[in-house]
Amino acid sequence: MSEPTLASVSDAGAAGSVSPRGAGWRRDLAHHLSAQRGVLVALGLFVSMFALFVGEHPAGFSSNVINTAANKGALLAFVAMAQTIPVITSGLDLSVGMVFVLTNCLASRLMVGEPLPTALGVVAVLGTGLACGALNGALVVLGRLQPIIVTLATGSIYFGGALWLRPAPGGSVNEPFADFMTGSLAGGVPFSVVLLAAAVLFFWVPYRRSLIGRAAYAIGSSEQAAFMSGVSIGRAKLLAYVMSGLFSSLAGLLLTCLTYSGEANAFLGGGYTLNSIAAVVVGGTSLFGGSGGAVGSIFGAFVLRTIGDLLFVFDMDPLWQPLFLGAVLLFSVGLSSLRLLRVKSRLDLFR
Amino acid sequence: MARSLVQRIDKPVWAALGGIVVLLTGGALYSPNFLSPDYLLQQLQVASFLGVVATGAMVVILLGHIDLSIPWVLTIGGIMSTAAAGWGPAGSALAIPFAVACGVGMGLFNGLGVAYLRIPSMIFTLGTNAIAQGLMVVHTSGFAPQERATPAMHFLSVGRSVLGIPNAVWMWCAVGGLAVLLLDRTAFGRRVYAIGNSERAVFLSRANVQLVVVGSFAISGACSAFAGTLLAGYSTKAYQAMGDPYLMPAIAAVVLGGTSILGGRGTYLGTIAGVIVVTLLQSILSIVQMPEAGRQVVYGVVILAMLLAYGRERRGGT
Repeated sequence: MSEPTLASVSDAGAAGSVSPRGAGWRRDLAHHLSAQRGVLVALGLFVSMFALFVGEHPAGFSSNVINTAANKGALLAFVAMAQTIPVITSGLDLSVGMVFVLTNCLASRLMVGEPLPTALGVVAVLGTGLACGALNGALVVLGRLQPIIVTLATGSIYFGGALWLRPAPGGSVNEPFADFMTGSLAGGVPFSVVLLAAAVLFFWVPYRRSLIGRAAYAIGSSEQAAFMSGVSIGRAKLLAYVMSGLFSSLAGLLLTCLTYSGEANAFLGGGYTLNSIAAVVVGGTSLFGGSGGAVGSIFGAFVLRTIGDLLFVFDMDPLWQPLFLGAVLLFSVGLSSLRLLRVKSRLDLFR
Repeated sequence: MARSLVQRIDKPVWAALGGIVVLLTGGALYSPNFLSPDYLLQQLQVASFLGVVATGAMVVILLGHIDLSIPWVLTIGGIMSTAAAGWGPAGSALAIPFAVACGVGMGLFNGLGVAYLRIPSMIFTLGTNAIAQGLMVVHTSGFAPQERATPAMHFLSVGRSVLGIPNAVWMWCAVGGLAVLLLDRTAFGRRVYAIGNSERAVFLSRANVQLVVVGSFAISGACSAFAGTLLAGYSTKAYQAMGDPYLMPAIAAVVLGGTSILGGRGTYLGTIAGVIVVTLLQSILSIVQMPEAGRQVVYGVVILAMLLAYGRERRGGT
């Protein structure tokens, strides 16, 4: 686990500059591939599974099928991105599902009417996500509490907020806006995929390349070493949870656009939280922190969603589906223990 | 060992005990019935289900791991015990041991994945939870099971045989007593704490780390399944997802009782106090007829406030 960790933290360009030209590019490529192995595995899994799904689907490769799959996958993908960043700092955010539900309920009240109020509503929804993340981060950093237990408690608070906003399912939304968010662009590209790409390009990539983003990886690898090297641990952790809140609220926004309504559903929130952890792991991010990234989590989320779709097109008895999903989840995380074969000293197995 | 019980109570436990006093006083100010023995015994009865679950959760948390498969292993306990009751007299007699054995089986599975495959417990037990859910959906065809709890299960959870105290409380005492013996008086218990502090050190001292981890998860599975049989006895039936409301409160109770979520530190006395705090808190919130939204918020705020009061880590780069 330590090898890709160090590789992904160090500047990828450095390897090329020290080795002579010519032989360097090959090593560079191998280096890049090994650093991105998790993402590539998840991507390969997704592409093959999705090809199978589209091939078996009665409607085939139609824009409708793609769009539905993209919308369902994007919801989990955003929540999984939200989960990824705290996990990289070797924390965890158990409130992502509840922020998702809370922002869904808020959006179903605010994203209505004329374009201007709708736009303000969007801003308010994203702001709420940021605020929830900031509260989590502040409690973790200033309160010096364990992230698991902090986000467990704040999750309950956020769910209370969701119930207060929407005691019963309902609400409405600016429908043209919602249809645009969940529809397809010319050429059949689902807008939710564009949204995901934008989130990666405008939030994830700059974050990953920034000093504070690298600090998150450093903290996840070894908080003590990061502290000794003068990394501002508090700020980096705080921002990790703030980013998490932002991505969760994007998912909440999208859910509102899909359902035209809000619902304070504890099972929905809990399910998304747990699935986000699974998606993060399938996407190649280590739960010990310090390696991986949000792009892998996106593919991880799509893999998980496509499993459900595959069971549907292959007409699997619905009774057996939960068992099968669990087995696939365990199998895919079990693959990571193949690394045990490469462990030279048994001592390395233990913390 | 030489220290007396009072000396062994550490700060978090005092805080949790203080929390109980505050909650009781607050409840009494709201309604005088709150302090009646009948009501308190009823609270203890409800707390004992959570207490049994939290016992298993605590052993795993002391290792520095977590067991997220509690909800559906508990449901397995409930559903399998009532299913056994439907298999005739022999099944009835063996309902509870059979259900607990199923729980141990799921716990062993967790332990093998965590100890030998080295998969983080957070994700492996999550997968086990999904598998357990899948097994139960297949077993019951997705419907609520029709079988009823055996008289023995009913007796153990709602009967009051000794001193008018509900049998469920005695069951919790038994499980808790065993846990204290195990954690304080056996090499196994010592190793549980030691693994929570440094797994490497335990490995280097030639103790079988992996066996202890597997054993601890098996204990957690057994506790969850046993709580499932008690709950099925309490409501005379088992139902799908009956364990869902127990995971988060169990973890909260263990942590409120001063057990470090990173492992290695914690006392069973603290867990008892934590369980009672969580139960009283839930009970008060339902008595004052606060809407569900407010209850959720207050529940979260109280847990955070108690943790901020005493659960903080030392400052510095650790």
